[in-house]
Amino acid sequence: MGKTLYEKVFEAHAVRRLPSGQYQLLMGLHLIHEVTSPQAFSMLRERGLQVLHPERTFATVDHIIPTHSQTRPLADAQAEEMLQHLERNVAEFGIRFFAPTRGEQGIVHVIGPERGLTQPGMTICCGDSHTATHGAFGAIAFGIGTSQVRDVLATQCLAMEKLKVRRIEVTGRLRPGVYAKDLTLWIINRLGVHGGVGYAYEYGGEVIDRFSMDERMTLCNMAIEGGARCGYVNPDATTYAYLQGREYAPKGAAWERAVAWWESIRSDADARYDDVVTVRGEDIEPVVTWGITPAQSAPVGAALPAPDSFPERERPLVGEAYAYMGLEPGKPVAGTKIDVAFIGSCTNGRLSDFEEVAKHLRGRALTVAPGVKALVVPGSQEVRAELVKRGLDRVFRDAGFEFREAGCSMCLAMNPDRLEGRQVCASSSNRNFKGRQGSPTGRTLLMSPVMVAAAAIRGAVADAREVFGIREA
Amino acid sequence: MLDSARTRLAGPAIPVRGHDIDTDRIIPARFLKCVVFEGLGEHAFEDDRRLGQGVHPFDDPRFANARILVVNRNFGCGSSREHAPQAIMRWGRGIHAIVGESFAEIFFGNCVALGVPCVTAAEADVRALQDAVERDPSLAVVVDLPAMRVTAGGLSFAVEMPAGARQQLIEGTWDTTTELLAGRDAIARTAQALPYFAGWR
Repeated sequence: MGKTLYEKVFEAHAVRRLPSGQYQLLMGLHLIHEVTSPQAFSMLRERGLQVLHPERTFATVDHIIPTHSQTRPLADAQAEEMLQHLERNVAEFGIRFFAPTRGEQGIVHVIGPERGLTQPGMTICCGDSHTATHGAFGAIAFGIGTSQVRDVLATQCLAMEKLKVRRIEVTGRLRPGVYAKDLTLWIINRLGVHGGVGYAYEYGGEVIDRFSMDERMTLCNMAIEGGARCGYVNPDATTYAYLQGREYAPKGAAWERAVAWWESIRSDADARYDDVVTVRGEDIEPVVTWGITPAQSAPVGAALPAPDSFPERERPLVGEAYAYMGLEPGKPVAGTKIDVAFIGSCTNGRLSDFEEVAKHLRGRALTVAPGVKALVVPGSQEVRAELVKRGLDRVFRDAGFEFREAGCSMCLAMNPDRLEGRQVCASSSNRNFKGRQGSPTGRTLLMSPVMVAAAAIRGAVADAREVFGIREA
Repeated sequence: MLDSARTRLAGPAIPVRGHDIDTDRIIPARFLKCVVFEGLGEHAFEDDRRLGQGVHPFDDPRFANARILVVNRNFGCGSSREHAPQAIMRWGRGIHAIVGESFAEIFFGNCVALGVPCVTAAEADVRALQDAVERDPSLAVVVDLPAMRVTAGGLSFAVEMPAGARQQLIEGTWDTTTELLAGRDAIARTAQALPYFAGWR
């Protein structure tokens, strides 16, 4: 009986069995940012400990950085203090910091892959739940809390239990105007926000095989929204083509040895899975969330589900969602007026996300609807520079979008970008929790970047296939 | 705080009802703009409390002495922020254990790393406990980890927890840094055997 990638990588990184029965698991890459690391460094100092592998630890600033201007000192004194703490910590412990002044800054889950740090077969952790993103490369990557950040800084290890593995097979193809974001929301809708608890998700099948690395990252990014701490895709030629030549990717003879090892850690054809779920690519439509969890979603044109179509124990949450969102069952989410449109985040803030939107805007004389604030926020300074180089910043600006500096921006409201009052935001981010975008009564509708652009132009949620004339080939 | 061993957590309880309560609700992101965890307790569930205009259990003086939090399904989903359990354990007199139908994984791990046991029980048992605590907020609730039982007045039911975490809590080894460091030689051996750690030699 063969093994899954998860089992192979777990076994290769298992240092020993702990007296508790858990495994001591070695971490290949530790990414840190300004929000979840300062207390970990304080604990390290209190205990007189050093960073065991500073050369495997990399830092960025993303959550708190303003996107209208990165000029220092930051206007928000608390944000400035957090950034200074990070700068002091990386200097004291000898950690590489992708600083804004170097043009290398960005969202932690955008720059890890971009710099070639994220590689197949690695264990990767970060004090951030969307670390699952890096699983797109065939890494086992997951979010941790600050006490665990302390453990990894001091020991490069975590105490972990082994997960089960669920294979999610996506067959056939996605139809035009349907994206990786729709697929990931679709899966979460089917399996629920807690369906993945206790599992690692292995995504595979024809649709995934054809996905670019950016698309695979969008998919794996939201594994945690379905309860799965990590999600991954087996590495293949697409993975290697993405990595080759990047700053931290192996070079020369090492590259050949690396590819051979990466091939060896792929799931075996006869691997045993704890569960298998199949999704037909053709069934998937552009999806929009209507509620307060990422599972509460529907195809853009479909009537929103009646509360009594849910099992009884789910109904209080469904009722709470409709009340909070001010939406009505029986009507489609299409037509819902929006106040803000946000394209960016670790889910959809990569080059191809913006290229795809720009492709539909260019030369069409389409503009953002009056009264809608529309933000384009690149996931990294490198993504931003590339967009400018290709002239796509002009495409967005001409259409009435604000073209911002790199950061987490409107996804989580730890910086000046946030909703006010009961504003409704069409958002390419990953969470529609109550209050997530900064206003305790603000409302978030999750969707793909192209759907966000369509909503921005219409001033209301709309089927991007109609707005942009996207048709079957 | 307590001695590091966590065996029998006892005290009055506080119910927070609802499925899928995420960590943004437990502690909104604006309170993460800090470099220490002190002071987070007073902001636990801040926006839910504000919107609830005083009806949230965390604002109910009857529950002010609570030591045990009782929740429903998938509690603590979403962001990995340890600020969420930090806020809960620092609220009021301090929450020492959580009983629920189920917990999100990262939240659960963060709680263990802070010595806060999260035990799960059947839906009906959790609801019965929430009802009982609402009727009598002074009810003494006991979370017994060696016996894996929760008792409260006439209620007594079995609870579950992954074996490794349970043992760490009972033995007081939930702060894992020292134990992980003790494996230093084994860490080096494992690293040397990994092609990428060893520089692809």
